[in-house]
Amino acid sequence: MGPFDLLALEPPGWGGNLLRGLANSVQIAFGAFGLGLLIGTAGAYGKLYGGKITRDLLGLYTTIVRAVPELILILILYFAVTDLVNQMVLAMGGERIQISGVLAGIAVLGVVQGAYATEVLRGAILAVPPGQIEAARAMGMPPVKLAWRITLPAMLGFAIPGLANLWLIATKDTALLAVVGFNELTQETRQAAGATKAFFTFFLAAGAIYLVLTLVSSWGFARIEAWARRGEPRRSR
Amino acid sequence: MRGIWEPHRLVLAAIGAGLVIWCAVSLRWDWIPQYAGEMAQGVWRTIWLLVLSVAIGMTLAIPLGLAQAAGPWWLAAPARAFCTVVRGTPLLLQIWLLYYGLGTLFPQYPWIRNSDLWPILRQAWPYALLALSLSYAGYEGEVMRGAFKSVPPGQLEAARAMGVPRFTLFRRIWLPQAVQRVLPTLGGETVLQMKATPLVATITVVEIYEVASQVRRELLITYEPLLLLAAVYMALAGVIVLIFRWLENRVPQKRA
Repeated sequence: MGPFDLLALEPPGWGGNLLRGLANSVQIAFGAFGLGLLIGTAGAYGKLYGGKITRDLLGLYTTIVRAVPELILILILYFAVTDLVNQMVLAMGGERIQISGVLAGIAVLGVVQGAYATEVLRGAILAVPPGQIEAARAMGMPPVKLAWRITLPAMLGFAIPGLANLWLIATKDTALLAVVGFNELTQETRQAAGATKAFFTFFLAAGAIYLVLTLVSSWGFARIEAWARRGEPRRSR
Repeated sequence: MRGIWEPHRLVLAAIGAGLVIWCAVSLRWDWIPQYAGEMAQGVWRTIWLLVLSVAIGMTLAIPLGLAQAAGPWWLAAPARAFCTVVRGTPLLLQIWLLYYGLGTLFPQYPWIRNSDLWPILRQAWPYALLALSLSYAGYEGEVMRGAFKSVPPGQLEAARAMGVPRFTLFRRIWLPQAVQRVLPTLGGETVLQMKATPLVATITVVEIYEVASQVRRELLITYEPLLLLAAVYMALAGVIVLIFRWLENRVPQKRA
Protein backbone atom coordinates (compact mmCIF):
# COMPACT_ATOMS: atom_id res chain seq x y z
CA MET A 1 0.00 0.00 0.00
CA GLY A 2 1.22 3.50 -0.80
CA PRO A 3 1.27 6.27 1.80
CA PHE A 4 -2.08 7.63 0.68
CA ASP A 5 -3.78 4.24 0.95
CA LEU A 6 -2.38 3.94 4.47
CA LEU A 7 -3.80 7.33 5.39
CA ALA A 8 -7.24 6.64 3.85
CA LEU A 9 -10.10 7.44 6.20
CA GLU A 10 -11.81 4.05 5.89
CA PRO A 11 -10.14 0.82 7.07
CA PRO A 12 -7.75 -0.65 5.94
CA GLY A 13 -6.46 2.94 5.94
CA TRP A 14 -5.64 4.50 9.33
CA GLY A 15 -6.69 8.10 8.66
CA GLY A 16 -9.93 7.66 10.63
CA ASN A 17 -7.99 6.50 13.69
CA LEU A 18 -5.69 9.50 13.47
CA LEU A 19 -8.65 11.88 13.23
CA ARG A 20 -10.34 10.22 16.22
CA GLY A 21 -7.08 10.67 18.11
CA LEU A 22 -6.98 14.32 17.04
CA ALA A 23 -10.54 14.81 18.31
CA ASN A 24 -9.52 13.37 21.69
CA SER A 25 -6.39 15.53 21.80
CA VAL A 26 -8.29 18.72 20.99
CA GLN A 27 -11.00 17.87 23.50
CA ILE A 28 -8.44 17.38 26.28
CA ALA A 29 -6.48 20.47 25.25
CA PHE A 30 -9.66 22.58 25.36
CA GLY A 31 -10.70 21.19 28.73
CA ALA A 32 -7.23 21.56 30.24
CA PHE A 33 -6.80 25.08 28.89
CA GLY A 34 -10.20 26.11 30.26
CA LEU A 35 -9.54 24.56 33.66
CA GLY A 36 -6.08 26.16 33.62
CA LEU A 37 -7.63 29.58 32.96
CA LEU A 38 -10.02 29.17 35.91
CA ILE A 39 -7.22 28.05 38.25
CA GLY A 40 -4.93 30.72 36.83
CA THR A 41 -7.41 33.56 37.36
CA ALA A 42 -8.07 32.47 40.92
CA GLY A 43 -4.35 31.93 41.48
CA ALA A 44 -3.37 35.31 40.07
CA TYR A 45 -5.90 37.12 42.27
CA GLY A 46 -4.79 35.03 45.24
CA LYS A 47 -1.14 35.86 44.65
CA LEU A 48 -1.83 39.58 44.21
CA TYR A 49 -4.52 40.27 46.78
CA GLY A 50 -4.58 37.17 49.02
CA GLY A 51 -3.35 36.86 52.57
CA LYS A 52 0.17 35.75 53.48
CA ILE A 53 -0.68 32.06 53.72
CA THR A 54 -2.59 32.01 50.42
CA ARG A 55 0.35 33.67 48.71
CA ASP A 56 2.91 31.25 50.13
CA LEU A 57 0.81 28.22 49.23
CA LEU A 58 0.25 29.50 45.69
CA GLY A 59 3.99 30.17 45.43
CA LEU A 60 4.64 26.55 46.41
CA TYR A 61 2.09 25.31 43.86
CA THR A 62 3.53 27.27 40.93
CA THR A 63 7.13 26.46 41.89
CA ILE A 64 6.59 22.72 42.27
CA VAL A 65 4.47 22.32 39.15
CA ARG A 66 6.94 24.28 37.06
CA ALA A 67 9.94 22.30 38.34
CA VAL A 68 8.65 18.73 38.07
CA PRO A 69 8.25 17.11 34.62
CA GLU A 70 4.64 16.95 33.39
CA LEU A 71 5.00 13.23 32.82
CA ILE A 72 5.61 12.59 36.52
CA LEU A 73 2.87 14.99 37.61
CA ILE A 74 0.49 13.19 35.27
CA LEU A 75 1.35 9.83 36.82
CA ILE A 76 1.21 11.07 40.44
CA LEU A 77 -2.02 13.02 39.96
CA TYR A 78 -3.63 10.26 37.91
CA PHE A 79 -3.01 7.60 40.56
CA ALA A 80 -3.72 9.92 43.47
CA VAL A 81 -6.98 11.25 42.00
CA THR A 82 -8.16 7.75 41.08
CA ASP A 83 -7.33 6.51 44.59
CA LEU A 84 -9.07 9.42 46.28
CA VAL A 85 -12.22 9.12 44.20
CA ASN A 86 -12.34 5.38 44.73
CA GLN A 87 -11.87 5.71 48.48
CA MET A 88 -14.69 8.22 48.61
CA VAL A 89 -16.94 6.00 46.53
CA LEU A 90 -16.06 2.94 48.63
CA ALA A 91 -16.70 4.86 51.84
CA MET A 92 -20.14 5.73 50.55
CA GLY A 93 -20.75 2.08 49.88
CA GLY A 94 -20.26 2.07 46.11
CA GLU A 95 -18.21 -0.07 43.75
CA ARG A 96 -14.69 0.71 42.52
CA ILE A 97 -14.87 2.82 39.39
CA GLN A 98 -12.48 3.48 36.53
CA ILE A 99 -12.00 7.19 35.83
CA SER A 100 -12.29 8.00 32.15
CA GLY A 101 -9.04 8.90 30.42
CA VAL A 102 -10.44 12.15 29.05
CA LEU A 103 -11.51 13.44 32.47
CA ALA A 104 -8.25 12.42 34.12
CA GLY A 105 -6.26 14.00 31.29
CA ILE A 106 -8.20 17.26 31.56
CA ALA A 107 -7.84 17.37 35.34
CA VAL A 108 -4.11 16.67 35.34
CA LEU A 109 -3.11 18.93 32.45
CA GLY A 110 -5.47 21.58 33.83
CA VAL A 111 -3.59 21.65 37.14
CA VAL A 112 -0.29 21.98 35.23
CA GLN A 113 -1.69 24.71 32.98
CA GLY A 114 -3.11 26.48 36.01
CA ALA A 115 0.38 27.03 37.43
CA TYR A 116 1.66 28.66 34.26
CA ALA A 117 -1.59 30.59 33.74
CA THR A 118 -1.29 31.99 37.29
CA GLU A 119 2.03 33.60 36.38
CA VAL A 120 0.85 34.85 32.97
CA LEU A 121 -2.31 36.43 34.38
CA ARG A 122 -0.52 37.86 37.42
CA GLY A 123 1.90 39.64 35.09
CA ALA A 124 -0.95 40.88 32.92
CA ILE A 125 -2.94 42.22 35.89
CA LEU A 126 0.18 44.05 37.12
CA ALA A 127 0.51 45.66 33.68
CA VAL A 128 -2.90 47.34 34.00
CA PRO A 129 -2.33 51.01 34.97
CA PRO A 130 -3.11 51.11 38.71
CA GLY A 131 -4.96 54.40 38.30
CA GLN A 132 -7.78 52.63 36.45
CA ILE A 133 -8.32 50.18 39.30
CA GLU A 134 -8.03 52.90 41.93
CA ALA A 135 -10.54 55.04 40.05
CA ALA A 136 -13.02 52.16 39.94
CA ARG A 137 -12.54 51.61 43.69
CA ALA A 138 -12.98 55.30 44.35
CA MET A 139 -16.28 55.16 42.46
CA GLY A 140 -17.39 52.45 44.89
CA MET A 141 -17.37 49.56 42.43
CA PRO A 142 -17.70 46.18 44.19
CA PRO A 143 -14.64 43.88 43.73
CA VAL A 144 -16.26 41.30 41.43
CA LYS A 145 -17.72 43.97 39.16
CA LEU A 146 -14.36 45.75 39.18
CA ALA A 147 -12.63 42.57 38.04
CA TRP A 148 -15.21 41.87 35.37
CA ARG A 149 -15.61 45.39 33.99
CA ILE A 150 -12.14 46.93 34.49
CA THR A 151 -9.25 44.58 35.32
CA LEU A 152 -10.03 41.60 33.10
CA PRO A 153 -10.79 43.55 29.89
CA ALA A 154 -7.84 45.86 30.41
CA MET A 155 -5.35 43.06 31.06
CA LEU A 156 -6.57 40.81 28.22
CA GLY A 157 -4.29 42.41 25.64
CA PHE A 158 -1.25 41.80 27.85
CA ALA A 159 -2.30 38.26 28.68
CA ILE A 160 -3.14 36.97 25.19
CA PRO A 161 0.44 36.31 23.96
CA GLY A 162 1.25 34.30 27.10
CA LEU A 163 -2.08 32.48 26.93
CA ALA A 164 -1.49 31.67 23.26
CA ASN A 165 1.79 30.03 24.26
CA LEU A 166 -0.04 28.10 26.98
CA TRP A 167 -2.63 26.86 24.50
CA LEU A 168 0.14 25.62 22.20
CA ILE A 169 1.78 23.88 25.17
CA ALA A 170 -1.60 22.34 26.05
CA THR A 171 -2.06 20.89 22.56
CA LYS A 172 1.46 19.44 22.62
CA ASP A 173 1.24 18.19 26.21
CA THR A 174 -1.73 16.01 25.30
CA ALA A 175 0.87 13.84 23.55
CA LEU A 176 2.23 12.96 27.02
CA LEU A 177 -0.98 11.09 27.77
CA ALA A 178 0.18 8.59 25.16
CA VAL A 179 2.72 7.39 27.73
CA VAL A 180 -0.08 6.41 30.12
CA GLY A 181 -1.81 4.63 27.24
CA PHE A 182 -4.54 7.12 26.42
CA ASN A 183 -5.70 7.06 22.79
CA GLU A 184 -4.91 10.56 21.66
CA LEU A 185 -3.25 11.48 18.39
CA THR A 186 0.31 10.43 19.19
CA GLN A 187 -0.73 7.07 20.63
CA GLU A 188 -3.02 6.33 17.66
CA THR A 189 -0.13 7.24 15.39
CA ARG A 190 2.22 4.86 17.15
CA GLN A 191 -0.31 2.05 16.93
CA ALA A 192 -0.91 2.68 13.24
CA ALA A 193 2.82 2.91 12.57
CA GLY A 194 3.56 -0.21 14.59
CA ALA A 195 0.89 -2.23 12.82
CA THR A 196 1.94 -1.21 9.30
CA LYS A 197 5.69 -0.60 9.88
CA ALA A 198 5.26 2.65 7.90
CA PHE A 199 6.84 4.76 10.64
CA PHE A 200 7.81 7.77 8.53
CA THR A 201 4.41 8.03 6.84
CA PHE A 202 2.42 8.09 10.05
CA PHE A 203 4.73 10.17 12.23
CA LEU A 204 5.12 12.75 9.48
CA ALA A 205 1.34 12.79 8.97
CA ALA A 206 0.75 13.31 12.69
CA GLY A 207 3.44 15.99 12.73
CA ALA A 208 1.64 17.76 9.89
CA ILE A 209 -1.65 17.59 11.80
CA TYR A 210 -0.07 19.09 14.94
CA LEU A 211 1.62 21.74 12.83
CA VAL A 212 -1.66 22.76 11.16
CA LEU A 213 -3.30 22.90 14.59
CA THR A 214 -0.47 25.16 15.82
CA LEU A 215 -0.53 27.47 12.80
CA VAL A 216 -4.32 27.81 12.84
CA SER A 217 -4.28 28.54 16.58
CA SER A 218 -1.52 31.13 16.19
CA TRP A 219 -3.55 32.90 13.53
CA GLY A 220 -6.64 32.72 15.72
CA PHE A 221 -4.82 34.13 18.73
CA ALA A 222 -3.40 36.97 16.63
CA ARG A 223 -6.99 37.88 15.70
CA ILE A 224 -8.10 37.64 19.35
CA GLU A 225 -5.20 39.85 20.43
CA ALA A 226 -6.10 42.46 17.83
CA TRP A 227 -9.67 42.35 19.17
CA ALA A 228 -8.58 42.55 22.81
CA ARG A 229 -6.38 45.55 22.08
CA ARG A 230 -9.04 47.33 20.00
CA GLY A 231 -9.46 50.13 22.55
CA GLU A 232 -5.76 50.84 22.98
CA PRO A 233 -4.08 53.72 21.22
CA ARG A 234 -2.00 52.59 18.23
CA ARG A 235 1.72 52.56 18.87
CA SER A 236 3.75 53.94 16.03
CA ARG A 237 6.78 51.72 15.97
CA MET B 1 13.27 35.83 50.50
CA ARG B 2 12.74 38.43 53.18
CA GLY B 3 10.93 37.42 56.36
CA ILE B 4 11.53 33.70 56.21
CA TRP B 5 11.07 33.61 60.00
CA GLU B 6 7.57 35.08 59.99
CA PRO B 7 5.18 33.06 62.19
CA HIS B 8 2.92 31.79 59.37
CA ARG B 9 5.97 30.59 57.43
CA LEU B 10 7.21 28.69 60.49
CA VAL B 11 3.81 27.01 60.78
CA LEU B 12 3.84 26.14 57.06
CA ALA B 13 7.38 24.82 57.35
CA ALA B 14 6.34 22.72 60.34
CA ILE B 15 3.41 21.29 58.37
CA GLY B 16 5.74 20.59 55.45
CA ALA B 17 8.27 18.89 57.73
CA GLY B 18 5.43 16.87 59.22
CA LEU B 19 4.38 15.74 55.75
CA VAL B 20 7.94 14.73 54.88
CA ILE B 21 8.30 12.78 58.15
CA TRP B 22 4.91 11.11 57.55
CA CYS B 23 6.07 10.11 54.05
CA ALA B 24 9.39 8.84 55.42
CA VAL B 25 7.74 6.75 58.15
CA SER B 26 4.56 5.40 56.63
CA LEU B 27 5.62 4.82 53.02
CA ARG B 28 7.91 2.07 51.83
CA TRP B 29 11.53 3.12 51.28
CA ASP B 30 13.40 -0.12 51.98
CA TRP B 31 14.08 -0.58 48.25
CA ILE B 32 16.39 2.43 48.07
CA PRO B 33 19.67 0.67 49.06
CA GLN B 34 18.95 -2.14 46.60
CA TYR B 35 18.46 0.28 43.68
CA ALA B 36 20.89 3.00 44.76
CA GLY B 37 23.50 2.15 42.14
CA GLU B 38 21.01 2.12 39.29
CA MET B 39 19.45 5.35 40.47
CA ALA B 40 22.82 7.11 40.62
CA GLN B 41 23.54 5.90 37.10
CA GLY B 42 20.10 7.06 35.98
CA VAL B 43 20.60 10.54 37.42
CA TRP B 44 24.02 10.70 35.79
CA ARG B 45 22.54 9.73 32.42
CA THR B 46 19.79 12.34 32.76
CA ILE B 47 22.39 14.98 33.55
CA TRP B 48 24.63 14.23 30.61
CA LEU B 49 21.71 13.98 28.20
CA LEU B 50 20.66 17.41 29.44
CA VAL B 51 24.14 18.98 29.30
CA LEU B 52 25.04 17.56 25.89
CA SER B 53 21.66 18.38 24.31
CA VAL B 54 21.81 21.94 25.66
CA ALA B 55 25.37 22.36 24.34
CA ILE B 56 24.61 20.92 20.89
CA GLY B 57 21.25 22.69 20.74
CA MET B 58 22.79 26.06 21.62
CA THR B 59 25.53 25.57 19.00
CA LEU B 60 22.80 25.06 16.41
CA ALA B 61 20.57 27.80 17.81
CA ILE B 62 23.13 30.58 17.33
CA PRO B 63 23.36 30.20 13.52
CA LEU B 64 19.58 29.60 13.38
CA GLY B 65 18.93 32.84 15.25
CA LEU B 66 21.54 34.77 13.29
CA ALA B 67 20.13 33.56 9.97
CA GLN B 68 16.67 34.75 10.97
CA ALA B 69 17.81 38.06 12.43
CA ALA B 70 20.32 39.17 9.82
CA GLY B 71 20.65 36.52 7.13
CA PRO B 72 19.58 36.66 3.49
CA TRP B 73 16.13 35.26 2.77
CA TRP B 74 17.46 31.93 1.48
CA LEU B 75 19.01 31.31 4.91
CA ALA B 76 16.28 32.98 6.98
CA ALA B 77 13.38 31.06 5.41
CA PRO B 78 14.68 27.52 6.11
CA ALA B 79 15.77 28.54 9.62
CA ARG B 80 12.31 29.91 10.30
CA ALA B 81 10.67 26.81 8.88
CA PHE B 82 12.84 24.58 11.09
CA CYS B 83 11.96 26.54 14.23
CA THR B 84 8.24 26.53 13.36
CA VAL B 85 8.16 22.79 12.74
CA VAL B 86 10.08 21.95 15.92
CA ARG B 87 7.97 24.28 18.03
CA GLY B 88 4.73 23.20 16.40
CA THR B 89 4.95 19.44 17.01
CA PRO B 90 5.18 17.51 20.29
CA LEU B 91 8.67 16.43 21.32
CA LEU B 92 7.40 12.91 22.00
CA LEU B 93 6.37 12.63 18.35
CA GLN B 94 9.79 13.90 17.22
CA ILE B 95 11.56 11.36 19.42
CA TRP B 96 9.44 8.51 18.09
CA LEU B 97 9.83 9.70 14.49
CA LEU B 98 13.62 9.69 14.79
CA TYR B 99 13.91 6.47 16.76
CA TYR B 100 11.35 4.30 15.00
CA GLY B 101 11.70 6.00 11.61
CA LEU B 102 15.49 6.17 11.30
CA GLY B 103 15.82 3.05 13.43
CA THR B 104 13.95 1.00 10.83
CA LEU B 105 15.48 2.84 7.87
CA PHE B 106 19.17 2.37 8.75
CA PRO B 107 19.25 -1.46 8.95
CA GLN B 108 17.99 -1.61 5.36
CA TYR B 109 21.34 -0.27 4.12
CA PRO B 110 24.15 -2.83 4.41
CA TRP B 111 26.88 -0.17 4.28
CA ILE B 112 25.46 1.47 7.42
CA ARG B 113 25.26 -1.87 9.17
CA ASN B 114 28.84 -2.67 8.22
CA SER B 115 30.21 0.72 9.21
CA ASP B 116 32.09 1.37 12.44
CA LEU B 117 29.26 3.60 13.65
CA TRP B 118 26.72 0.77 13.67
CA PRO B 119 27.33 -0.36 17.28
CA ILE B 120 26.45 3.20 18.31
CA LEU B 121 23.54 3.66 15.90
CA ARG B 122 22.02 0.41 17.11
CA GLN B 123 21.48 1.88 20.55
CA ALA B 124 18.71 4.24 21.57
CA TRP B 125 20.65 7.13 23.10
CA PRO B 126 21.93 8.72 19.86
CA TYR B 127 18.34 9.20 18.71
CA ALA B 128 17.33 10.55 22.13
CA LEU B 129 20.24 12.99 22.11
CA LEU B 130 19.52 14.05 18.52
CA ALA B 131 15.83 14.65 19.21
CA LEU B 132 16.50 16.60 22.41
CA SER B 133 19.22 18.70 20.73
CA LEU B 134 17.07 19.55 17.71
CA SER B 135 14.19 20.49 19.99
CA TYR B 136 16.38 22.80 22.08
CA ALA B 137 17.84 24.28 18.89
CA GLY B 138 14.35 25.00 17.55
CA TYR B 139 13.13 26.80 20.67
CA GLU B 140 16.41 28.64 21.29
CA GLY B 141 16.77 29.59 17.63
CA GLU B 142 13.65 31.64 18.09
CA VAL B 143 14.96 33.12 21.36
CA MET B 144 18.31 34.00 19.76
CA ARG B 145 16.57 35.67 16.82
CA GLY B 146 15.03 38.14 19.24
CA ALA B 147 18.30 38.40 21.14
CA PHE B 148 20.37 39.31 18.08
CA LYS B 149 17.77 41.86 17.03
CA SER B 150 17.70 43.45 20.48
CA VAL B 151 21.37 44.46 20.48
CA PRO B 152 21.41 48.22 19.79
CA PRO B 153 22.57 48.81 16.19
CA GLY B 154 24.86 51.60 17.38
CA GLN B 155 27.10 48.99 19.03
CA LEU B 156 27.57 47.17 15.74
CA GLU B 157 27.96 50.38 13.75
CA ALA B 158 30.61 51.65 16.16
CA ALA B 159 32.55 48.40 15.85
CA ARG B 160 32.31 48.51 12.06
CA ALA B 161 33.46 52.15 12.07
CA MET B 162 36.50 51.09 14.11
CA GLY B 163 37.29 48.52 11.43
CA VAL B 164 36.64 45.46 13.60
CA PRO B 165 36.65 42.36 11.38
CA ARG B 166 33.25 40.74 10.94
CA PHE B 167 33.95 37.57 12.87
CA THR B 168 35.59 39.43 15.75
CA LEU B 169 32.61 41.79 15.82
CA PHE B 170 30.29 38.81 16.13
CA ARG B 171 32.38 37.01 18.73
CA ARG B 172 33.31 39.98 20.92
CA ILE B 173 30.34 42.33 20.61
CA TRP B 174 27.21 40.92 19.03
CA LEU B 175 27.04 37.43 20.54
CA PRO B 176 27.94 38.29 24.16
CA GLN B 177 25.42 41.11 24.35
CA ALA B 178 22.72 39.02 22.70
CA VAL B 179 23.24 36.04 25.00
CA GLN B 180 23.38 38.20 28.07
CA ARG B 181 20.03 39.78 27.27
CA VAL B 182 18.26 36.43 27.06
CA LEU B 183 20.03 34.59 29.90
CA PRO B 184 16.89 34.58 32.09
CA THR B 185 14.86 33.15 29.17
CA LEU B 186 17.53 30.56 28.46
CA GLY B 187 17.48 29.55 32.12
CA GLY B 188 13.74 28.94 31.96
CA GLU B 189 14.09 27.06 28.69
CA THR B 190 16.81 24.86 30.16
CA VAL B 191 14.50 23.91 33.03
CA LEU B 192 11.88 23.03 30.40
CA GLN B 193 14.49 20.94 28.58
CA MET B 194 15.25 19.10 31.82
CA LYS B 195 11.52 18.45 32.22
CA ALA B 196 11.51 16.94 28.72
CA THR B 197 14.28 14.40 29.38
CA PRO B 198 12.03 11.67 30.89
CA LEU B 199 10.37 11.33 27.47
CA VAL B 200 13.42 9.47 26.18
CA ALA B 201 12.53 6.64 28.56
CA THR B 202 9.83 5.70 26.02
CA ILE B 203 12.57 4.68 23.58
CA THR B 204 14.37 2.50 26.15
CA VAL B 205 17.02 4.97 27.32
CA VAL B 206 17.52 4.05 30.98
CA GLU B 207 17.69 7.40 32.77
CA ILE B 208 16.32 8.19 36.23
CA TYR B 209 12.67 8.13 35.16
CA GLU B 210 13.07 4.66 33.65
CA VAL B 211 14.85 3.41 36.79
CA ALA B 212 11.89 4.61 38.84
CA SER B 213 9.51 2.89 36.44
CA GLN B 214 11.48 -0.33 36.88
CA VAL B 215 11.14 -0.05 40.65
CA ARG B 216 7.40 0.46 40.24
CA ARG B 217 7.07 -2.56 37.97
CA GLU B 218 9.22 -4.88 40.05
CA LEU B 219 7.92 -4.00 43.52
CA LEU B 220 4.36 -3.06 42.54
CA ILE B 221 4.49 0.20 44.49
CA THR B 222 2.98 3.36 43.04
CA TYR B 223 3.80 6.54 44.86
CA GLU B 224 7.21 6.20 46.48
CA PRO B 225 9.38 6.13 43.34
CA LEU B 226 7.31 8.92 41.78
CA LEU B 227 7.74 11.13 44.86
CA LEU B 228 11.46 10.46 44.88
CA LEU B 229 11.58 11.31 41.17
CA ALA B 230 9.76 14.57 41.79
CA ALA B 231 12.32 15.42 44.47
CA VAL B 232 15.23 14.58 42.16
CA TYR B 233 13.88 16.74 39.35
CA MET B 234 13.16 19.62 41.72
CA ALA B 235 16.74 19.45 42.92
CA LEU B 236 17.99 19.46 39.32
CA ALA B 237 15.75 22.44 38.52
CA GLY B 238 17.17 24.24 41.56
CA VAL B 239 20.73 23.61 40.37
CA ILE B 240 19.92 24.92 36.87
CA VAL B 241 18.34 28.06 38.33
CA LEU B 242 21.43 28.62 40.52
CA ILE B 243 23.83 28.14 37.59
CA PHE B 244 21.96 30.65 35.47
CA ARG B 245 21.74 33.12 38.35
CA TRP B 246 25.50 32.84 38.71
CA LEU B 247 25.95 33.39 34.96
CA GLU B 248 23.69 36.45 35.07
CA ASN B 249 25.55 37.94 38.00
CA ARG B 250 28.94 37.48 36.35
CA VAL B 251 28.20 40.44 34.10
CA PRO B 252 27.43 43.62 36.01
CA GLN B 253 24.46 45.42 34.54
CA LYS B 254 22.56 48.58 35.08
CA ARG B 255 19.16 48.04 36.61
CA ALA B 256 16.41 50.60 36.79
